[in-house]
Amino acid sequence: MAIGQPANRVDAVAKVTGRARYTDDFYRPDMLIAKYFRSTIAHGRVISIDVSKAKALNGVEAVFTYEDVPKIKYATAGHPYALDRSRADVADTLLLDRQIRYMGDEIAIVVAVDDLTASEALELIEVEYESYSPLISPEQVLSKGAREIHPGQSNVIGEHQFECGDLEQGFSQAEVVHEGQYETHMLQHVHIENHTAFAYMNDLEHIVIISSTQIPHIARRIVGEALDIPWGRVRVVKPYIGGGFGAKQDVILEPILAFLTMQLDGRPVKISMTREECMLCTRNRHPMTATVKIGTLKDGTMVARHMDTLFSTGAYASHGHSIAAASGSKNTLLYPRTAIGYHARTIYNNIPIAGAMRAYGSPQVVFALESAVDDTARKIGIDPVEFRIQNGARQNDLNPLNQKPIQSCGLVECLEKGRELIGWQEKMSQRRQQTGNIRKGLGVACFSYGTGTYPMNVEIAGARIILNQDGSVHVQTGATEIGQGSDTVVAQMVSQTMGLPMENIHIVSTQDTDVTPFDPGAYASRQAYIVGNAVYKAASELREKILTYAAEMTDKSVSDLEIEGRNIVLVDQPGKAIISLIDLALDTYYHTDRGGQLTADVSHKTLANPATFGCTFVDITVDISLCRIRINEIFNVHDSGVILNHSTAKGQVEGGMAMGIGAALSEQVLIDPESGKVNNNNMLDYKVPTMIDLPDIGCAFVETVEPTSAYGNKSLGEPPVISPPPAIRNALLDATGVAINEIPLAPQVLFRHFKQAGLI
Amino acid sequence: MNQNITLTVNGREKTLNIDVRSSLLEVLRDQLGLTSIKQGCGVGECGACTVIIDDDIIDSCIYLAVWADGKSVRTLEGESKNAVLSTVQKGYVDEGAVQCGFCTPGLIMTTTSFVEKNRGKEISHEEIRKAHAGNTCRCTGYQTILTVAGKCLEPGKEPDE
Repeated sequence: MAIGQPANRVDAVAKVTGRARYTDDFYRPDMLIAKYFRSTIAHGRVISIDVSKAKALNGVEAVFTYEDVPKIKYATAGHPYALDRSRADVADTLLLDRQIRYMGDEIAIVVAVDDLTASEALELIEVEYESYSPLISPEQVLSKGAREIHPGQSNVIGEHQFECGDLEQGFSQAEVVHEGQYETHMLQHVHIENHTAFAYMNDLEHIVIISSTQIPHIARRIVGEALDIPWGRVRVVKPYIGGGFGAKQDVILEPILAFLTMQLDGRPVKISMTREECMLCTRNRHPMTATVKIGTLKDGTMVARHMDTLFSTGAYASHGHSIAAASGSKNTLLYPRTAIGYHARTIYNNIPIAGAMRAYGSPQVVFALESAVDDTARKIGIDPVEFRIQNGARQNDLNPLNQKPIQSCGLVECLEKGRELIGWQEKMSQRRQQTGNIRKGLGVACFSYGTGTYPMNVEIAGARIILNQDGSVHVQTGATEIGQGSDTVVAQMVSQTMGLPMENIHIVSTQDTDVTPFDPGAYASRQAYIVGNAVYKAASELREKILTYAAEMTDKSVSDLEIEGRNIVLVDQPGKAIISLIDLALDTYYHTDRGGQLTADVSHKTLANPATFGCTFVDITVDISLCRIRINEIFNVHDSGVILNHSTAKGQVEGGMAMGIGAALSEQVLIDPESGKVNNNNMLDYKVPTMIDLPDIGCAFVETVEPTSAYGNKSLGEPPVISPPPAIRNALLDATGVAINEIPLAPQVLFRHFKQAGLI
Repeated sequence: MNQNITLTVNGREKTLNIDVRSSLLEVLRDQLGLTSIKQGCGVGECGACTVIIDDDIIDSCIYLAVWADGKSVRTLEGESKNAVLSTVQKGYVDEGAVQCGFCTPGLIMTTTSFVEKNRGKEISHEEIRKAHAGNTCRCTGYQTILTVAGKCLEPGKEPDE
């Protein structure tokens, strides 16, 4: 089934039968279990630690502290290696550390024969702290004389600004100026499979790590860097993974596990985080505050906009300033025909670590921008959909950052389609002054996003296709299937380009850095776009080789031949086999005098980063006295170029919207402002929407053709999460006249604002 | 302390010597290799470890293995027979209700139990949503799962053999 068809996932049967194997499913009876000893204060230093009682416990194999690990600081971010070392990620992490930067920081680690013994041993460790006052809020971190969270390093880990067009002139020309402050809080990914990995040694030299990771090739490099060993000694294997959403785009468990197995004679050692540990000690979404200023003419023309953002990365840099930077750039394409200014800072604080999470800072920045856009539209008295259509990106507009034309853009069509789906005009025309307790509201919000990370990082992908003896092919890519459906669209691409039926295309789902072609992994919604260009090249090359071989066997001209399903046919006589692929394949393998295994092995770099667009439309009912929002209808409409597979595309959008609705209405990591303690690092108190919390979710696509993609597609994995929160916030404003500039719009937040506004 | 228990697992009788502190999840995964059963939280919040015991769905991570003595347990491994998927499994494939697949085993057991209990009844979307609210899925937004459950209950869908 080729491109555009709703093909079933190639891994669906493995998953519905429970036979798909994830990291924890590779059971070894001799597996040792490691557990971290974590700090119970948010900021300070270990004065002394005594692990003698833990070591003496029966069943404990070893205990290591910060004194036992290499003094090598490494960066954990899942970015490709930076050739320009001045742009390398911030190396601020030790395997174990005596400096404490958040409540849960890693001080020591216990290795025991089983989980219970390891837990018991943790209780026997005695530690004495010197405690500093935790720096939680940005005000505390930025206050004069604040202690450096990483001594010798500023608490501001990154700052940058840019201007496109003449901002000063834009604002001086503006007839209406809106300025507002917006805030988003910390969120958690809550992938259902917690972080888990194990490591062992195959011989005296090579370390094998099986890990639930989005980035196996990057993990290999970072293990090498953290332990100062050649990268080729490390092998990372990624089996099926139970979700990541960016939390597994950092290298968290692999370096310590490699260290442990090396210390323990190559024995297998595993760390499976508990849910509570995973929510506290891996990665989160950055809290952000933003000031947005928008200048317009009275006719609704946007002439200038400026954003000033502050991102909190928490205890360690993880992705550093990249998230604040990327999200500032990606939204410039949304309303490109205006002067744009952006200034951003990223700071450390004594809270859990923020890193990559689905859409990489854009949900925060776009919440601020799209709330401010609605506030502006209200100020000038123009319909918020019309305002966006008037100012939104169109094909051939210039990308403000590089002055190149936007080659594919369906934003306006997305807005028009969404407006129709929700019945905007009809509902608005029937709208009367609302005064009661129950009020209805309509909201809209847009986004623009990128596809991959070029030119900030290399965009490289590998694909290898092998013709088997039976005329089928095996396909290996470095693109990691993390649930998004990468393997399935790769199979469709091969089918499209080679003319083979789907059942004759076998995808090797596991990535193994010893054998898999290089690809940095699943992030930035890059996978189907970047790997697509590599797969196209490999599939075209193998098709050419097969046809050349067929020409030799049948004495025909290559240009007269075509692959059709399981056969080779003449181009002008489709349906009539002149030789079957099986016979051809057998000949290539077993003819004594000619042929050889036919393969294509391609590594391809893509030098583009097309923008994608879309919007959310939502219809809500607000119960003012209960401070509750009910979503009646919600639609996302996306321009992601050509839709490769309508079934998996719809799945991505629905799941992303659900995550966006959670962010809008119920999710927040609750951090005690005094102690830095997280109060809800579990699935009972952190409110991920369950099936009963969500409305029916609708989506649609406006298909454009992206010329830099072999199959016309652009990013889709992350974007659906971006625009639901501002759309819901704008609908609440429409319903009540109350502008709430923070999410989540949970009852306690609505109560505070409704009271302030005199509604209750 | 160890103890022998005898239970039926996917139609086959098993006698196992178990540590009395073990959860059913640990025993089924580690002693019988039934790795479809996933642990997502260990405290009964996420539903990834859902199995059917006699006629009820339970979170096997907070169900002591000793309690399963004398009972009949169904896990996802037993749902496809002779290389044929059950109606519910097939529904998950055809509706695209699977993404990362980690919550899928638990969800399929929940849908299976729900469909078996409600066959022939008029069931609302609200009832389907309520019945599945103990299983968290972070990938799908549940829309496709709602569709699967609804379709499996449509008149004319016969029970699996």
